[in-house]
Amino acid sequence: MLEARDLSIGYDRRVVASGIEVAVKRGEILCLLGPNGAGKTTLFKTLLGLIPAMAGEVHLNGQPLATLSRAEIARAMAYVPQAQHLEFAYTVLDVVLMGRTAHLGPFAGPRPADRERAHAALASLGIDDLASADVNRISGGQRQLCLIARALAQDAPLLVMDEPTASLDLGNRLLVLDRVRTLRESGYGIVFSTHDPDQARELSNHVAVIADGRLAAYGSPDETLTAATLSAVYGVSVAIERTESGRHVVVSANNTRPSTQ
Amino acid sequence: MLAALAVCLLIALLIGSVVGPFPLPIGDVIAAVFGATTAEPTNTILFQIRLPRVLAAMLVGGGLAAAGATYQTLFRNPLVSPDILGVSAGAGFGAVLGILLSLPVLAIQGLGFVMGLVTVAVVYALARALHSQNEVLVLVLAGIVVGALAGAGISLVKILADPYNQLPAITFWLLGSLAGIKPIDVAGFAPLVILGLVPLALLRWRVGVLSLGDDEARALGVNVVVVRGIVIAAATLITASAVSVSGVIGWIGLMIPHMARLLVGPRYDRVLPASALMGAAFLVLIDALARTVARIEIPLGLLTALIGAPVFVWLLARSRRVWS
Repeated sequence: MLEARDLSIGYDRRVVASGIEVAVKRGEILCLLGPNGAGKTTLFKTLLGLIPAMAGEVHLNGQPLATLSRAEIARAMAYVPQAQHLEFAYTVLDVVLMGRTAHLGPFAGPRPADRERAHAALASLGIDDLASADVNRISGGQRQLCLIARALAQDAPLLVMDEPTASLDLGNRLLVLDRVRTLRESGYGIVFSTHDPDQARELSNHVAVIADGRLAAYGSPDETLTAATLSAVYGVSVAIERTESGRHVVVSANNTRPSTQ
Repeated sequence: MLAALAVCLLIALLIGSVVGPFPLPIGDVIAAVFGATTAEPTNTILFQIRLPRVLAAMLVGGGLAAAGATYQTLFRNPLVSPDILGVSAGAGFGAVLGILLSLPVLAIQGLGFVMGLVTVAVVYALARALHSQNEVLVLVLAGIVVGALAGAGISLVKILADPYNQLPAITFWLLGSLAGIKPIDVAGFAPLVILGLVPLALLRWRVGVLSLGDDEARALGVNVVVVRGIVIAAATLITASAVSVSGVIGWIGLMIPHMARLLVGPRYDRVLPASALMGAAFLVLIDALARTVARIEIPLGLLTALIGAPVFVWLLARSRRVWS
């Protein structure tokens, strides 16, 4: 559905990374990993069509992104930015209603059916009770869920999420991740960036690692999130340990555990 | 809420039509507006002097408040006023130049209007030519630069002007006034203000979405460059036509949208009509005050500043919730 073909990304004629080939379909999660400054945000903006590709193409449902209008793109792919403070104190419902924009005529405002859709999106994430709350006065996790609800109200089968768990506390992080997993199960295709390889391993069908101006690794979590790749990409020596429950966690290779005795 | 504000505007219009150096009987005013013939001089005063002035105040006040609400939403900054892109300075320069050249009144207004549009066009072209990632910031900075240039032009005209004749006229114009408005003035600028309000009303939902920032608005399906261009053109048309008729009247475009947000919340599709109605009622009442409190006409800009400054401080103290 969303496909990058031999993509070069960058700003102002400066290439940040090239040779990027990734794809995501409905019911799949693609996780994007990479050190700070490697170009995750630039790749996101290019995938969303917010900045032009330097070379190569992004295809959305088989059509080049550059040939589609903003409204056509918005009906196929929704963007979930990192939750930020808004200048104006909109209610949660107002923010979610803005997700309906691509379905409204150019001169129209939301109709009752759009309000119902917005409430349904909030209800599906379990936050319909926040509908009339000031979006700047709810917790970071609730605000992130509000932005996910906006993307759901957009009725686009693809969700592009920019570090949805950054700056969330443990409880909110687990809540958001849980919802993301449910969304995949209900058929959404999701592109998701994170700094946490364990999160990527747990959630995703495919992982793309961007580093040093190229796609350093792309494939299943087990193929890509190896100690060798992560050590090379992040410049620190890491090991992958298996926990008693069978999960894998990334730890520092020269980790000396504090003694409990 | 909008219906209540519309009723307030009607009451303000009635008050504005009645009070003045020559008070008119309220019964006669209502009868005359509904077509009854009234005795002289009520008829002449009402239709030749009072009503044109009240209608002009309504359009200027409503237009400036609507333009202010628009720019505050567009630039995601509640401290922005309609002259952020230099339109008032440009229109002011055109008008004082017209006074310096001893042009007829309509030509002064026309020159002010055209220079207001030209100034914003220069600002917009400059911002586009600079190709910045942050187009909004560059737009505002270009507005400050070009506005300052036009301000310098105004100072130059003041120095060159005849100090006994032209300078008082220039000073009075720069403080804003609706004294001497004729029916023909209203007929000339009313269609321009309405022409500017129509696209804002039509695009009300999309303008509100722009307040989320360019990237989010585009991802939500808005063609940001087109909508922003249309909206700036519309708000500039409103402000330039208002300023060219009334002179520079500050505070309305800054203060009224804040009061509107207190009443109807921050959504632009609600703030726009609320601001227009409140700004219209506010300036009609201020103008009534301007021609009654003293034996001479008080410039409107003085009154709006006198009322606007303390009200704005009060708004800042209590409207923190609305925009932070």
